[in-house]
Amino acid sequence: MTGSPTPPGPEQPPVLHGGEERSGEPEHGVQKPVQTTQTRAPEGSAQRLGGMKRLVLAGAAGAAAELAGVGLIAAAAWLITRAAEHPSLSALSVAIVAVRAFATTRGVFRYGERLSGHDVALRAQASTRKRLYEALIPARPLTHGGADLLSRMVDDTDAVQDLLVRCLLPAVAALVTGIAAVTIGALVLPAAALVMLAGLVVAGVLLPAGTATAARRWSARIAPARAELAARVADLVHGAADLAAYGANGRALAAADDAGERLAVLERRQSRVHAAALAAGVFVQGLTVLGVVLVARSAGVDRVGVAVLALTSLVSFEPVLPLAAAGERMAGITAALRRLREVRATPPAVVTPAVPASPPDGPLTVEVTDLVVRHGDRPVPALDGVSLTLVPGKRIALVGPSGAGKSTLLAALMRLIDPESGNIRITGTDGHADLSDLDPDDVRMRITGLTQDPYVFQASVRDNLRLAGPEADDETLERAVRQASLARWVERTGWDTTLGEDGRTVSGGQLQRLALARALLYDPRVLLLDEPAEALDETTADALMSDLLDATHGRTTLLVTHRLRGLDQVDEIVVLEEGRVIQRGSHEELLAATGYYQDLWRSESLTARR
Amino acid sequence: MHKDLLRLARAERAVKRHLAVCLAAAVLAGLLVLVQAELLAGVLSGRFALSALVFLALVVGVRALLGWVQGVAGGRTATAVKSTLRHRLLGRLQDLGPGRLSAHRSGELVTLTGRGLDALDPYLTGYLPAVAIAAIVPVAVLVRLFVADLASAVIVLVTLPLIPIFGALVGMHTKAVTERQWHALARLGGHFLDVVRGLPTLRAFGRARHQAGVIEQVADAHRAATMRTLRVAFLSSLVLELAASLSLALVAVPIGLRLLSGSLDLSTGLLVLLLAPEAYIPLRMMGTRFHASMEGVAVADQAFAVLEEETGRPAGRAVTGTGIPEIRLENVTVRYPGREDAALDDVSLVIAPGERVALVGESGAGKSTLLHLLLGFVTPSAGRVTVGGADLTTLDLDAWRSRLAFVPQRAHLFATTVAENIALGGDHDGAGDGPGSGDGSARSSGDTSGNGSARTSGNGSGADAGLASVRAAAASAQAAEFVEALPQGYDTVLGERGADLSAGQRQRIALARAFHRPQAAVLLLDEPTARLDGRSEAAVIEATRALADGRTAIVVAHRPAMIDLADRVIRITEGRVTSDHPAATIGDSS
Repeated sequence: MTGSPTPPGPEQPPVLHGGEERSGEPEHGVQKPVQTTQTRAPEGSAQRLGGMKRLVLAGAAGAAAELAGVGLIAAAAWLITRAAEHPSLSALSVAIVAVRAFATTRGVFRYGERLSGHDVALRAQASTRKRLYEALIPARPLTHGGADLLSRMVDDTDAVQDLLVRCLLPAVAALVTGIAAVTIGALVLPAAALVMLAGLVVAGVLLPAGTATAARRWSARIAPARAELAARVADLVHGAADLAAYGANGRALAAADDAGERLAVLERRQSRVHAAALAAGVFVQGLTVLGVVLVARSAGVDRVGVAVLALTSLVSFEPVLPLAAAGERMAGITAALRRLREVRATPPAVVTPAVPASPPDGPLTVEVTDLVVRHGDRPVPALDGVSLTLVPGKRIALVGPSGAGKSTLLAALMRLIDPESGNIRITGTDGHADLSDLDPDDVRMRITGLTQDPYVFQASVRDNLRLAGPEADDETLERAVRQASLARWVERTGWDTTLGEDGRTVSGGQLQRLALARALLYDPRVLLLDEPAEALDETTADALMSDLLDATHGRTTLLVTHRLRGLDQVDEIVVLEEGRVIQRGSHEELLAATGYYQDLWRSESLTARR
Repeated sequence: MHKDLLRLARAERAVKRHLAVCLAAAVLAGLLVLVQAELLAGVLSGRFALSALVFLALVVGVRALLGWVQGVAGGRTATAVKSTLRHRLLGRLQDLGPGRLSAHRSGELVTLTGRGLDALDPYLTGYLPAVAIAAIVPVAVLVRLFVADLASAVIVLVTLPLIPIFGALVGMHTKAVTERQWHALARLGGHFLDVVRGLPTLRAFGRARHQAGVIEQVADAHRAATMRTLRVAFLSSLVLELAASLSLALVAVPIGLRLLSGSLDLSTGLLVLLLAPEAYIPLRMMGTRFHASMEGVAVADQAFAVLEEETGRPAGRAVTGTGIPEIRLENVTVRYPGREDAALDDVSLVIAPGERVALVGESGAGKSTLLHLLLGFVTPSAGRVTVGGADLTTLDLDAWRSRLAFVPQRAHLFATTVAENIALGGDHDGAGDGPGSGDGSARSSGDTSGNGSARTSGNGSGADAGLASVRAAAASAQAAEFVEALPQGYDTVLGERGADLSAGQRQRIALARAFHRPQAAVLLLDEPTARLDGRSEAAVIEATRALADGRTAIVVAHRPAMIDLADRVIRITEGRVTSDHPAATIGDSS
């Protein structure tokens, strides 16, 4: 069974909410989940021990199956050649029993190996995925490196399964079989055993090592060609409308064909290497049998001995020959495992202090002082000395052109990115702390909301909301949905309807409102809203902003927006441009001053309908 | 056997030849195993002299050579089939047109034409040769066994059919299981990817760590379900394996006893022992290869399903006259497959040449569908669209589209230079050249294939002219400033799906594309300012106003500034036109 494991039963996965209902402070829909991972650590090593036992078991079953195969042929060969010498029947009885026993047990062992091997592999894959996920939990500088990168990372976790089922277990079985065959050979004639050993080493060690090296070299050449083709195809598919509208289809198709042809040339050459390795295996097997017969005959071994030697060496190659293909696979597997290790080794974007300060609670004051934030090693910082103070119950709006640093400021407030210099301090009723002294999880328990690029999970509408409030009852959910102007849509869609892959069945506006409902449901101490009205049509956006300003009344809120209408209701407006605060004040003050805000307001109100 | 694939293999000459060589080599090598067994039995029993080993070595060498030939020809078959299929699929995508590429299917198609087709390899290079061997070699072995020893031959003959019978049972079972549980697997398997993709959202709500536990649970459920299936699937192959090895015992033991009694000679005994397994191996191999190639079969089904999908309609040939056409919708209804409600429901409109129309309404009301209708991406299920008096379905679509400038809601930026993205289709030499396309023919830009080569687009006077027009378009679309700030300016290669740029910047590149078509008679803009801040919006609107001058402009608009650009505002609600006023009165009506 070389295919990947057959699909499982049709049970519903416990998407998003499979876990035990959380226990924790119910007040803010937040929980302190850190303990779970800590208590799990010893459990993990116990699991690994159990996994080791299962692995040994699977390896043993595989080896036993192969040994039974060798035993079957060796016993049969002995039986037949010995019988030709006309001994008494009793001399053959052991061989007859052995033939029958090996014939029966071989299949049983194989069955056991397959089952236990797949079980071990699936467990290993599950734990690899979990470890990868846990490594990804802390914010990383490059987690937004494209959906394709994430998909590949997820695919890479399959490598562990392949490593066990297709490489490691077969190699163990082949090794045990080889040792057994050489031992049988040595009992008959040590010289013949040496020939056998040489052949097995060539076919079982050198060839796989060669195919592994060749595959590594080839995949290094094929990967860019493959990526090129994928990019061309993606252009054709995702850009279909653009290409058709601009009559550029033919050339894009030709480019894809060219990329396909370049890939095909490489693949053909690779298949030649592959074929040569397989042919070499067959050749070595044949030569070894020849050599064994030649050596045995010239050493004067009797007919029975020669037959046993010849057939044993012939059959001992059966588990060994597939190792060449396994070696080829190893190149991909090691590359995948290396990529996973690199992901796990990448340092998180923020440094979690060894002993996090205890976070202040109660209504929070947030003071941002001279904050400088830089993305990677870009020459221009995204935020260049920004200061602002958010007082409990007050609302600040952040406006400015795209790329001004608005979202970066929110990321810094959520501790998704560490500042280069400057400071964010939060003060509660029970003391104060610098953000950099706090556990990022503790920060986001208090300062969060509607972030950029909200995601819709493949889960029901209800579960998609409840991830921000696992304890919320239906009434709370409905209130959040109403406040986010989503009630009608939810009614039409149904609370238990599963939202599609990538949230495709959710339009941009609905997605935005869903995210807003989540933020309202979570109800953090400091509410962050990143462009809540983005991609909504004018009427809905106006309605939403007005609902939103009502809903956030009296809440500590930082609102990033590009629409100025309604901002007369917020307490302060901060205008960012190129990472610096260029204007600040109330709506009226800013309108009175010449500058960005006034320009923007004019262009908006000049064209406004009312 | 996959009928469509075989038909394709027969139709393509290159594929046919490589496949024939591959199968012939496989069968010949299989038959040589008989010769090898014959020689080995002869040598071991002492019937042949030791010098017969020379022939044995020769046979082994030829077998290895044939194996190599099989591998090479198999590789050629696979690449030829994949290239052909990929070409047909991509061509098919274009016939279907963007309107039929629903969003969820486009990802599937990218995977299918890329890595997906690789799943055909095991089918073509493994399964097909195994079938050929299984069809011929066991028969040859049986014939030889009948000649050598009737009793053993009968045992093999009786037990041999068990393998295909059990194989078929296994196949039927796994196929049923695969089909029944495919979606469950996809969902469970997709769960991890879903969670990883949504990690930023989970992080924002403190649910990231909680999901680690959920991932474990889902993986456990996945494993338990998989193992349940495997226990049954492997049970059937256990029976298979038992049948094969017990048959060997059934043959070997009586031979031993008959040798003992002297009714059989050793040479024959050894020959039977060596040959008997060779009768079973090809059949079991075929079974294994079949399982390995299941995914390939599924991929082939998927590919041929796309190929057999109905195309919209045969392409028309008519060409509209020059000048700005009147656009007329007559009782047009558009339905998307699988949706109950019509996207557009009995819509009639006349858009006069030079009119500037704003389409307003909630998202999902059918505004974009109306644009796609005019682009020919979708065709009416009832009613008709005419441009300049000619039915759109009779027009040469390429020629018609060359007279349009279109900015979609989410424009696709190609992984090439900014200049080439703006000049998309600029030097297309298809039908319907407008007045402005002459200057584009000398450009080397607009080539979507290049990464490295594309950077050299700035030499020659034609290229300079091209670049000048690209710059002008970028300036009109308010894109010049940020493009010039990029490391290589207009020669900057954009990243994966234009990931280097912000949404607003991407939108302005797309707008620049429209500005780069001064010959266009009709502008179709789908929320061109949706992702722009107010200042850029005001500037883009100014530029759009200039662009719309002397043309028909149909603009899906969300923002008042864009609506005010229009001299007519059409409101669409759930697929129907609910109001249609000159722009001045819109304020009163709503």
